[in-house]
Amino acid sequence: MTQTPTPSAGRRAPTSDPTTATSSAGTTTATTTADTSAAATVPGGPSQSWTHRLADPSFWADWAALIGLVVLCVIFQIGNSTFLNINNIQAMLVAASILVVLSLGQTFVIATAGIDLSIASAMTLGAVCFGSAFGNGQPLWLCCVVAVAGSASVGLVNGLLIGVAGITDFIVTLGTLSAAAGAALVVSNGQPTTIVDRFLLRLSTDGIGRIGWPVLVAAALAVLSHVVLFHTRFGTHVLAVGGSKEAATATGISVGRIKVAVYSISGTVAGVGAILLVARIGASEPAANTAFLLNSVAAVVLGGVSLFGGRATIIGPVLGALLLTALANGLTLLGVSEFYQPIAVGVVVVVAALIRRFQKRAPRPLLPPEAPRALPSSRCETCPWPSARSRPCAT
Amino acid sequence: MRDLSLAFGPVQALRDVNLQLQPGEVTAIVGDNGAGKSTVVRCISGIHKADSGEIEYDGSPVSFHNPEAAREAGIETVHQNLALVDDLTVWQNLYLNREIVHGIGPVALLDRRAMRKGAQEMVSTLAVNVPAVSSRVRRLSGGQRQAVAICRAAGFSSKLVIMDEPTAALGVQETARVEELIVRLKSEGRAVLLISHNFAQVLRLSDHVWVMRAGRCVAGRRTAETSGEEIVALITGAQAA
Repeated sequence: MTQTPTPSAGRRAPTSDPTTATSSAGTTTATTTADTSAAATVPGGPSQSWTHRLADPSFWADWAALIGLVVLCVIFQIGNSTFLNINNIQAMLVAASILVVLSLGQTFVIATAGIDLSIASAMTLGAVCFGSAFGNGQPLWLCCVVAVAGSASVGLVNGLLIGVAGITDFIVTLGTLSAAAGAALVVSNGQPTTIVDRFLLRLSTDGIGRIGWPVLVAAALAVLSHVVLFHTRFGTHVLAVGGSKEAATATGISVGRIKVAVYSISGTVAGVGAILLVARIGASEPAANTAFLLNSVAAVVLGGVSLFGGRATIIGPVLGALLLTALANGLTLLGVSEFYQPIAVGVVVVVAALIRRFQKRAPRPLLPPEAPRALPSSRCETCPWPSARSRPCAT
Repeated sequence: MRDLSLAFGPVQALRDVNLQLQPGEVTAIVGDNGAGKSTVVRCISGIHKADSGEIEYDGSPVSFHNPEAAREAGIETVHQNLALVDDLTVWQNLYLNREIVHGIGPVALLDRRAMRKGAQEMVSTLAVNVPAVSSRVRRLSGGQRQAVAICRAAGFSSKLVIMDEPTAALGVQETARVEELIVRLKSEGRAVLLISHNFAQVLRLSDHVWVMRAGRCVAGRRTAETSGEEIVALITGAQAA
């Protein structure tokens, strides 16, 4: 998505140098009144007021998934009053949990400006590995380990090919998409394995109170992902690699190592998804699960994560996954043929991308604006730097 | 730095380059495009490894395998592209790969508060009034970005700060601010290596000038004892060293 100036941006930018706006229009959007005033007074800090945030269109774009979810809930509730029934909400949350888990893995990859097309195939491979181990009479914990190991190995191969061998993300994961699906057919001999186990049955049907175990697993992984992405060095480095590979390299961050790590994470969560999938359908099938792949990317995009990397949240993709599940559920409740559901998903994703296209961002001028006309009073008396603070700076 | 040579395939980028830097001085490297200025910088900052020759730093020969090793030794570089991540905040950029963490090993969590506070201090001691340490770099102007990059280079008790064309993309006012920063770094007793195409700036700021031509370091002059004409003559080869 390239940023384009909104029609009114040029007129509403009194403080921005017009040459700056035009020269940088190819890559960044032009200045807007809201952005410049925010940068001059309360620049994006925690002190940024709520009214400011609400006036900023990028706020709406960042929360597109939540707003879409609320809008859909209202529409579906009007169409069918059982939509927001507690039982239906429970069912939707359980149905969304696998997609949420996959979206978390996909988020890490997309945060580094990559894409994991093999995530659903890796899950399929994990599921049939589970089935194969189960068929051989292995204990359940070992089956789970085998499932995660099977999926994670796909991620590790992706990571090594991309991070170490330096092949393009898209090509590598397209290859492993096919290879993992093929491996799943080989392992399972093309046959589904029925898995009857009390623990798995309880995993898919029971829960704490009214919240099912799959939901709890997904929620726990989401919290863990958030902590990893925003409260560890690794997470910062993931965002740095996605934001600017050159900057990451120059500060000594190993881009290759980060790539290996994020694809391994993606493969590992695909393994968790595989266990949930086996528990849900009571069998392991070598099915393609293409819908999971496309929906995982769609959920991440809906969640406001930039496909060009560097900008990511965890709550966004989670909400995106919930939105896609609510969409399918609501359409079913309204009696719309399930053949229309992929169309609806496609429309929602493109509309979300469209909203992001028109969001405004602060400018990144190629040439600095000379003589900050807008802030004559905020200049420091003793030093030549324009002071953002009202009082003079320390020197 | 002694007899430094580096070839990229058939291209001999550096031939027996010799130059010296002193702490508390601004040393400039000038030369035409392709003379090898940036390559010298990349050798010092650990991005390239010289084929032969050695770099002596603090009295002992050093060999940096990667930029991280050079940073650990106190050599910070402000790259021409600044090496900032637009979507991260100022403090995240200042502490990139230098993050402060609570705890140890895999459970170490970022100490965001300490980093924000530290970033605020770094920014204010250098009198670089970037809007706020928690604003994203994308929101900053060209001069402010340059200031953040220089701040990062100067902030971690570095002994040598390398600046590759620090004012090439800046306007007159912002250039003046960056020059003020360079003088400040010098007065703090750090060595500054400046690469610039702007002769007036080189003559104004530097204490010593090295002239490079076609991969060789052809001359070294005390700035006080030379003139713009002489340096131009050395760069073009009209005057032999």
